[in-house]
Amino acid sequence: MFQFIVRRLIQTIPVLIGVTILTFSMVRLIPGDPAQIMAGESASQEQIELTRERLGLNDPLPVQYFDYVSGVVTGDLGNSIRNGRPVADEIKVRIGTTVSLAFYSTLLSVFLGIIFGVFAAVRRGKLSDTLVMIAALFGLSMPNFWLGLILIQYFAIGRDVLFFNTGWFLASGWGTWQQMVLPVITLGTAGAAIIARMTRSSMLEVIDQDYIRTARAKGVKERIVVYRHALKNALIPVVTVVGLQFGALLGGAVITENVFAINGLGRLMVGAINSRDFPIVQSGVLVFAFLFVFVNIMVDVIYRLLNKRIDLN
Amino acid sequence: MREEINTGAAQIKAAPNPTLVKLSTFWRKLTSSKSAVVGGILIIAIILIALIGPYFVPYSPSATDTANRLNGPSLAHWLGTDNYGRDIFSRIIDGMSITLYVGFSAVLIGMTVGVFLGIISGYYGGKIDTIIMRFMDILLAFPGILLALAIVAVLGSSLNNVIIAVAVFSVPVFARIVRGSTLSVKKLEYIDAVKALGASDARIIFKHILPNVASPIIVQATLSIATSILSASGLSFLGLGAQPPMPEWGAMLADGRNYMYDAPHVATIPGIAIVIVVLAFNLFGDGLRDALDPKMKN
Repeated sequence: MFQFIVRRLIQTIPVLIGVTILTFSMVRLIPGDPAQIMAGESASQEQIELTRERLGLNDPLPVQYFDYVSGVVTGDLGNSIRNGRPVADEIKVRIGTTVSLAFYSTLLSVFLGIIFGVFAAVRRGKLSDTLVMIAALFGLSMPNFWLGLILIQYFAIGRDVLFFNTGWFLASGWGTWQQMVLPVITLGTAGAAIIARMTRSSMLEVIDQDYIRTARAKGVKERIVVYRHALKNALIPVVTVVGLQFGALLGGAVITENVFAINGLGRLMVGAINSRDFPIVQSGVLVFAFLFVFVNIMVDVIYRLLNKRIDLN
Repeated sequence: MREEINTGAAQIKAAPNPTLVKLSTFWRKLTSSKSAVVGGILIIAIILIALIGPYFVPYSPSATDTANRLNGPSLAHWLGTDNYGRDIFSRIIDGMSITLYVGFSAVLIGMTVGVFLGIISGYYGGKIDTIIMRFMDILLAFPGILLALAIVAVLGSSLNNVIIAVAVFSVPVFARIVRGSTLSVKKLEYIDAVKALGASDARIIFKHILPNVASPIIVQATLSIATSILSASGLSFLGLGAQPPMPEWGAMLADGRNYMYDAPHVATIPGIAIVIVVLAFNLFGDGLRDALDPKMKN
């Protein structure tokens, strides 16, 4: 296993290099003088020259790239144009929020997705199966910013129902559970829908196989056949989807953070795009990509662990 | 999001038996699939509304009426008015064509580039394949709409830049599917036969490989329209796409969120419109997949 992880890490090196080349090129692809762009629109000629010197923009491109990468490796991501603070610090204080938002949302979508997927598969062709699948289709057709605003409307602003008001949760911020419920539902719903569809079709494929028929013929209880025998194998392809979903959720977090005024990486980036604070945008994109790459390695490891256990059985 | 959320790619495998489904069989299967029929009818209705709707709307989508700001739905204004007193119904109808334009053009660009790269990669193999696919891996390393966000940051905020950004985001998905299908078609004997007859690479690719990899492309394209519309409206919601006076639904929703307390309909209605259009393409895509998937043919 250790060997596998090391090999997997080595395999990602070319991807990581590619990612840094792309983020490095970003600033140079923007029309205009990179020094002017990195120094900000209101920078004086002197500041621009200083920036040019500091960023080594007079050096040949390969040297500039090398400098950039050594900056990334040592955690020096430059300074924000807007407030002059180190980009690394700005990211450090926010990354935990974004990761926990994506993490809880993934948990929610895996939990709901598997429950509803199995439920639908077991009742294949019945009305309840159809209803769950229609709900899942709605789930993945909804823009999450819309879902977020609807949830705010009903469960943060609230409605008077009989004797109580439904404004149970908070519409902004991150930290207390009242603040976390609505963003997690907002971000997790689409993932839950996708995982439910995947679990259902994977279950249906497994359930037709001989060993399931054998188990049933032996007189094993249906509940045990479904959960012990079928689900275990059906979940293997689902794991891959969960990994991809975590990536989609990191991206979706950008929007969710903006809907719920959560001070995370995504909100930082959108603000930075609007104020043309490119050092922040550049590093934000880089950090998101690195996160996603490492989550994928983790998923591969889990996938292998699951497969191995089945091999041993 | 999304790609952002990628709905279809994971489920579509390279066609295991890449023979074309007969047209009549395909039509029978397609029309017997409830989701394809419902989705298809919805899509036709949406396209018709987008084409002729703007000529029949009760108000000009940009006509302001400050005396009737933030009114709820009524006989005069079927879906109410926004914060400038503009008729939301007229704006939704007018915005329909923007939504379709974004969805279709983003997918058309992404598909063309992706299919081209995928076929080249699968057909020629070797170094070209490695280079193209590694590049696709790099693009796929940017989670969800992040790549689109980065592209918009470079190009600047506008609807057309959002289309380019969303298109780039779907290129690797197409490239991977098409490469897989091309690899399996390439192994078939008849390709060797045409090669022996002296057909050029271009002829083999266009005449013999492309038609055989068409099914997964069509399915993915339909589903990609849905995800592209979601991603693009998300970017517009963030203020990075269509700019305010334009009746783009994501931007309308973003406008409406400031009036959530007094007039929740201003933000709610454009969202419902997005859901209907995205749902239509997802339904049709699901139906298409069932009809075109040779695995289920009999």
